[in-house]
Amino acid sequence: MSGLRTWCAIAGIVLSSTAGDVLLSRAMRQIGHVGELWRRQGLGAVLKAIVTHPSFLLALCFMATSFFGLLAALSWDDVSLVVPASTSLSYVTSAFAASLFLHERVDRRRWMSALLVCAGVAVLAT
Amino acid sequence: MTPRKYLVLLAIIVFASCGDTSLSYGMKRVGAISAARWTELIGAVVNPWVALGIVLLLGFLAAYSSALSWSDLSYVLPATSLGYVLLALLSICLLHEKVTLARWIGILLVSSGVAIVTRGPSATPRPGPGSRAAGEEP
Repeated sequence: MSGLRTWCAIAGIVLSSTAGDVLLSRAMRQIGHVGELWRRQGLGAVLKAIVTHPSFLLALCFMATSFFGLLAALSWDDVSLVVPASTSLSYVTSAFAASLFLHERVDRRRWMSALLVCAGVAVLAT
Repeated sequence: MTPRKYLVLLAIIVFASCGDTSLSYGMKRVGAISAARWTELIGAVVNPWVALGIVLLLGFLAAYSSALSWSDLSYVLPATSLGYVLLALLSICLLHEKVTLARWIGILLVSSGVAIVTRGPSATPRPGPGSRAAGEEP
């Protein structure tokens, strides 16, 4: 039972954090370079553009889901599996989602980097 | 990539590492929360370490959003994973934890991933002038 609960938590954390990252990235790309926007229209306009963007708000919901999922998981005793698994897997799922949904050019260099980081984080976080 | 942009990436690393550490330390003091009593999670935020962690993670969100406004997700994520290396080095230097072979391998893997991605372009070229600039407002 504990194993199933843990893997469900891992899948939930990975999926929601990836969805949050993709939505945040989409919102920020649509808003544009915040440094330039800040210089042109001030900090208030930047904050308003961000917090009223639907994708940003949805991203926050997904990030909060993965945040509370991780909080719950951190308070369980099998942290040594949940944290490395969920954090490392999200590097690969994000690369995949960035290519699929954001149409980023995820070339061999980026795939290699995502896989190396995934493996490294899994080893380090254990 | 300008020096200022590297500073934003550094801010992401520092905020995320410190925030996660503070949160993890706080949750260990709060103790185990079972799935049946998940509402206790909301009460956990009154713990000062958890609260500090949340403030630091808000700083992370600001830096992260800023970076994503001029850079690809598939660049920012691996590039900022260097935080794991920093945490491992800190725990070795400050907490005098044992340096196992597995740890060195992990540090090497993450570092080479970061090195590979930061040598490439940080953003996918987008067709059309308006795709990245928010210059459409009157």
